[in-house]
Amino acid sequence: MEKTNNKIRITIDGKRTYVTKGSTIVEAAKENGIYIPTLCHFEGADPKACCRMCTVKINNRMMTSCTTPVTEGMEIENDTEELNEVRKSIIELLFVSGNHFCPACEKSGNCELQALAYRYKMLVPRFPYSFPRKEVDASSPKIIKEQNRCIACKRCIKTIRDEHGKHYFAYKNRGQHLEVILDPVLGDTMPDDLAKKAMENCPVGSILYKEKGFDQPIGTRKYDKQPIGSEIENNV
Amino acid sequence: MSKKITIEPVTRVEGHGKVTIQMDDNHQVIDSRLHIVEFRGFERFVQGRPYWEAPVLVQRLCGICPVSHHIAAAKALDVIVGAGDGDGLTAVGEKMRRLMHYGQFFQSHVLHFFHLSSPDFLFGIDGDPAMRNIVGVAQVHKELAVQGVMMRKFGQEVIRLTAGKKIHGTGAIPGGINKNLSIAERDELLKGPDPLNADKMIEWSLSALEFFKNYHKQNHAKVDDFASFPSNHLSMVRKDGALDIYHGVLRAVDSEGNRILDDVDYHEYYNYIEEEVKSWSYMKFPYLKHLGKEKGWYRVGPLARLNTCDFIPSPLAQKEFEEYKAYTHGKPNNMSLHYHWARLIEVLHAAEVIRDLLHDPDLQNEDLVVKGKKQKEGVGVIEAPRGTLFHHYKIDDNDLITMANLIVSTTNNNEPMNRAVESTARAFMNGQETITEPMMNAVEVAIRAYDPCLSCATHALGQMPLEMTILGASGRILDHKMKD
Repeated sequence: MEKTNNKIRITIDGKRTYVTKGSTIVEAAKENGIYIPTLCHFEGADPKACCRMCTVKINNRMMTSCTTPVTEGMEIENDTEELNEVRKSIIELLFVSGNHFCPACEKSGNCELQALAYRYKMLVPRFPYSFPRKEVDASSPKIIKEQNRCIACKRCIKTIRDEHGKHYFAYKNRGQHLEVILDPVLGDTMPDDLAKKAMENCPVGSILYKEKGFDQPIGTRKYDKQPIGSEIENNV
Repeated sequence: MSKKITIEPVTRVEGHGKVTIQMDDNHQVIDSRLHIVEFRGFERFVQGRPYWEAPVLVQRLCGICPVSHHIAAAKALDVIVGAGDGDGLTAVGEKMRRLMHYGQFFQSHVLHFFHLSSPDFLFGIDGDPAMRNIVGVAQVHKELAVQGVMMRKFGQEVIRLTAGKKIHGTGAIPGGINKNLSIAERDELLKGPDPLNADKMIEWSLSALEFFKNYHKQNHAKVDDFASFPSNHLSMVRKDGALDIYHGVLRAVDSEGNRILDDVDYHEYYNYIEEEVKSWSYMKFPYLKHLGKEKGWYRVGPLARLNTCDFIPSPLAQKEFEEYKAYTHGKPNNMSLHYHWARLIEVLHAAEVIRDLLHDPDLQNEDLVVKGKKQKEGVGVIEAPRGTLFHHYKIDDNDLITMANLIVSTTNNNEPMNRAVESTARAFMNGQETITEPMMNAVEVAIRAYDPCLSCATHALGQMPLEMTILGASGRILDHKMKD
């Protein structure tokens, strides 16, 4: 990318490039066809850096690239063996801290966690499974909140609101008991399009739109066609 | 000691069979048992799951015939989503499912005959175990081995194009299917390069039948007498009495051909079938309620299907069916090894049905799903390769499954397989103090004729993990052999 007035120079993995001033590292990288993996980050919503998947190294310090703005001359390490190992560990920890059974999950093929596991070549987690006892909340007429698969990324909390800005989803409890729940009152009257959007915005199979499972044939699902990140890398 | 062997199960050992044979002081067989010691628990862990997950979840029961479970579950859920009682789908919905099902039927039967059973016919029950497997077949009868592999591949391709994947696909969904068959996909199966096309499959199915019939001609007595015993036979048949593996009514006949279950609606199977639990096996023992435990047990699968149906609705298979029926003068066939004959007639029928379906333009229709008034309960029954398969689900107000009951094909054949084991044990072991390899294989051949899941799952290279114990009258172990 060429230098213009609103551009600054940064280096990602040794490659010098010009990026838009004020953008975050994730956005700047994407602008240049460089993929930095994200999970809790959702375009258009405030970044929270809670999953740490987008961790990069700047001046030998680990930083989350979804919250760190670019600065002139910044030198960023991204696609390195060390960082990819960190990312793989995060994925493994997410797998063992919930109950993720891809074979029977309808988000399979469209799931970002699964796609990341493939990208970072996770075969089996190195950590012991915790097999937590989680509930399936199917009380809403429109959606099912499958707590076994929730990674508490907050994407539903941030992006699913009514016309007055009220949140449909919220955190409940703390620590290892933390859960994302659907507001039982708002949930009862959730509009159809918002329920579908909630399922779409969830990076895993934790929010399911009721009675419409597996209607997308294998081979046409998002990550059947190309691995996660290639939509950015192929778009230089 | 003996109790320990028969009671303690080895859990989660897929396809592991255990046989115990009890002999008296004169080395006469007085009791025998085939123990299925797998504990799977699918009926329990599908509870609490959204109902539309069931067809994808329960198919993991099996890697050889997942399509059977996939479709049986989908049929049960058709009822729940108000898409009729098994015949309410759109034309493309039903025909795509049929294509998937016949494809899987074809590949499963082929796998069983060529990969698992043909070594017994080619090398003999007492043949060299080192050769008596598919590798041995490939060495000595290369053409036949290639035929088996390519026929299975064709069936798997049918599944891939209808379900999205060769194993554990997602094609059938409540109320219909998630894809139709494009013209390009159709032509792949219809006009595929030799030998992978429907016409070649029909030709090869006929030659496989010839192979068995020739073997039978040369070994009449051996084939006919082996594990032969009278029994009832149950299957689903089309309403007009035709062989139909996708939809129909339940029919059962006794060993003489008298109707003992007269075309009843399978949605009420629980009024006619009950399951007995025995402490020494995780597999239940189903029987026809009105006849009781002693007289109500029945066989399922190819032999039973050709005993219950009136005709086969495809010309070449019908011709073979007539010859097959003539052999027993129109009476039910009760000879265990004739399962192979019946199975190969079904292979031919499946190949014919696949070819005819591929010519049907309905497969390119777009109306994939139909839904109506929701129900709380649904039953789905199909004829899986190994026999009648029942899936029954109940859901709650929140769309979660509260009850699942699965009667799988091999379960239906539990009592007959035990009878076959006993019959073979008596024939081969009476008066014997030690067990020889051919004796063990004879028992395996009897079990194998039924193509039970325990066989197909672990029978690679012609061997089934089999543990055999001979107990004396006092329960003392006389001999114990194990095959891994």
